[in-house]
This record gives sequence, structure tokens and C-alpha cells, in this order.
Amino acid sequence: MGKNFLHPKSLKKVDTHYCPGCGHGIIHRIIAGIVDELGIREKTIAVTPVGCAVIAYDYWDFNCCEAPHGRGLAVATGIKRCLPQNIVFTYQGDGDLASIGIAETIHAANRAEAISCIFVNNGCYGMTGGQLAPTTLIGQKTITTPFGRDPNKGEGWPLKLTEILASLEGVCFAARTSLAGPKEILNTQTQIKKAFLAQIEKKKFSIVEVLSPCPTVWQKEPTKAIEFIQQEVIKTFPVGIIKEL
Amino acid sequence: MAEVIIEKDKCKGCQLCIFYCPTKKLVLSSKLNKKGIKFAKPLDNINCIGCGFCFTVCPDSCVEVYGKK
Ligand SMILES: Cc1ncc(C[n+]2csc(CCOP(=O)(O)OP(=O)(O)O)c2C)c(N)n1
Repeated sequence: MGKNFLHPKSLKKVDTHYCPGCGHGIIHRIIAGIVDELGIREKTIAVTPVGCAVIAYDYWDFNCCEAPHGRGLAVATGIKRCLPQNIVFTYQGDGDLASIGIAETIHAANRAEAISCIFVNNGCYGMTGGQLAPTTLIGQKTITTPFGRDPNKGEGWPLKLTEILASLEGVCFAARTSLAGPKEILNTQTQIKKAFLAQIEKKKFSIVEVLSPCPTVWQKEPTKAIEFIQQEVIKTFPVGIIKEL
Repeated sequence: MAEVIIEKDKCKGCQLCIFYCPTKKLVLSSKLNKKGIKFAKPLDNINCIGCGFCFTVCPDSCVEVYGKK
């Protein structure tokens, strides 16, 4: 008998509003699959971001709470402190987590809040039309850096937030994975599951950064966007486990 | 042999499943779905090995794979 690959129960059977080839849909399915697998659907509370994934609560079939732009981890802190038995995770983009919400992010990690953070790094502000994000690669074109990001023009370097967070005492698990192919997607699934288990067992902060394609803003076909991650993005953002206690 | 079922009206035609199918058993249909998009579909004489790559890479969760004996 071969293995069955079925639609996770925690994912509603609805059409998503994402563009063709967007990584958010894959990560939604991975998280729903993990919630089913660990049997924590009744106990899970997701904090959804502002960004392209803003209506993730319409897609997941478990408890969700919407947070203002960047304040996901502040909202999650409140939820986790009131309901310590529940499993709380935030789902945030790079503009949300690494730009407007960087203060909330670093302090939540430094206080060792027992929260898992899923950080979707697509190198741009997707929802607002493709502006520069802190994680945009050097030379990558966005609508606010039409000639490519240039650190010499005061546009800065790609921010490696996961490495910064891994250096804090409060973080028990930090990893970076990508969505560039089936093998990498399965690895993403393994690492997100580890982050959830770290929250349950170690009661500290855990983060998984997922390198995700944004074919629309990158102006590439979905398969070419995956190739771009394989060839360019992982040079700046190497994948692997950064910290595991 | 396994069976792939694609919910055609949910498909957005990104073609990731077609690209990653190791046995090249998925193709783009010549018809349009409800969204007006050419959707992915399994070939008629399916000889699928049931690896589940199409399920894994689908961003719209419209693929299911039933592994038969
Ligand atoms: C307080 C506040 N500031 C700015 C915005 C505008 N805004 C909405 S989404 C977004 C960027 C989101 O980008 P990211 O977090 O990278 O997610 P993506 O859309 O790429 O998935 C911004 C700046 C807002 N909604 N609220």
C-alpha cells in the first residue's frame, strides 16, 4: 500500500487569494499538516500578520488572532502569558518581522517567550507592491530601488535577523530553510515541527526563517523564481540550523 | 500504482507540479477552468509512482495523491 498525501484537516478547502506560485500557500499547508500530525488543533493559536498573509485566518481551521503590522510577537506574548498551556505561533513576513516589528521581535526573543515564529522571507514588501525590504539582496531591483539595492547609496545590506536572534540567550531554536524544491519543502516541514516541539519542551523562543518565492514582485515565472532562490538567495542567506539547544 | 487528483478549479496554473514530476506524468490542460486559467492535469494513461512531489510543491493545496498497492 503506497502512502496517501491528503489535504490537511486544519486547512480549509477554499481558494486562496495568493498569486500563482506564491510560497505562502505552501507554508500554510505545511503548518496545517504539522498541527494535524501533532494533534494540537484545539490548543493552537496563530497570530497572523499584516502583509500578503493578512487573511491567513480564513485559510487555517484553528484559532487565529490578527495583530497590527509588526506587532505579532507583542500580541503573541500577551496570549501566551494568559494561556501558557496553548501553543502559540506567529506567522510574519520580512517587512513585518524584520522592519517595522524588529523591536517587538528582538525583545520577545530576549525575554525567552515560549512562542514559535515563522518568518517568511521573500525579500520584498509583497502586499504593498514590491518595495525594498531589509532582506532584499544587493543588486535586487524593487520599485523603491529601481537600479538594484546598493549599500553605497545608503540602502544598507541584507539583514540576517535569524543569526541576530540566534545570538540571544532566550532563543532555543533558530533555523533557516527554503521552498526551492520538494526536498527543501520537506526539510522546512521538519524544522517547523522542531520549532513547535521546542516551544512545548524547552519553553523558550524558536524561529524558522523560510526563503519563499514572490514571482509577481520578482517578475519571474514560478519555476524561475524557485531557481532564483537556489542560485542567488541562498548565497546571501545560507540554509541550515543556526542554533539548537 | 498511485492516483493523482487535481481539483481543477482551485489550480492557478503555476506549473510547479509539472516541473517537479519525476516521471513527467502531469501536463497543462488545453481547456480553461472556472478562473479562466489553463490547469494542470494528470495524463490519461497514468503510471504514477506516488512520490507526492506534486502534493508537496502545490501552493494552492489542490493536489491529493492516493497511493494504491
Ligand atoms: C502600521 C502599518 N504600517 C504600514 C502598513 C502598510 N503595509 C501593509 S503590508 C506592508 C508590508 C508587508 O510586507 P511583508 O511583511 O514582507 O509581507 P509580504 O506581503 O511580503 O508577505 C506594509 C508596509 C500597515 N498596514 N500598517
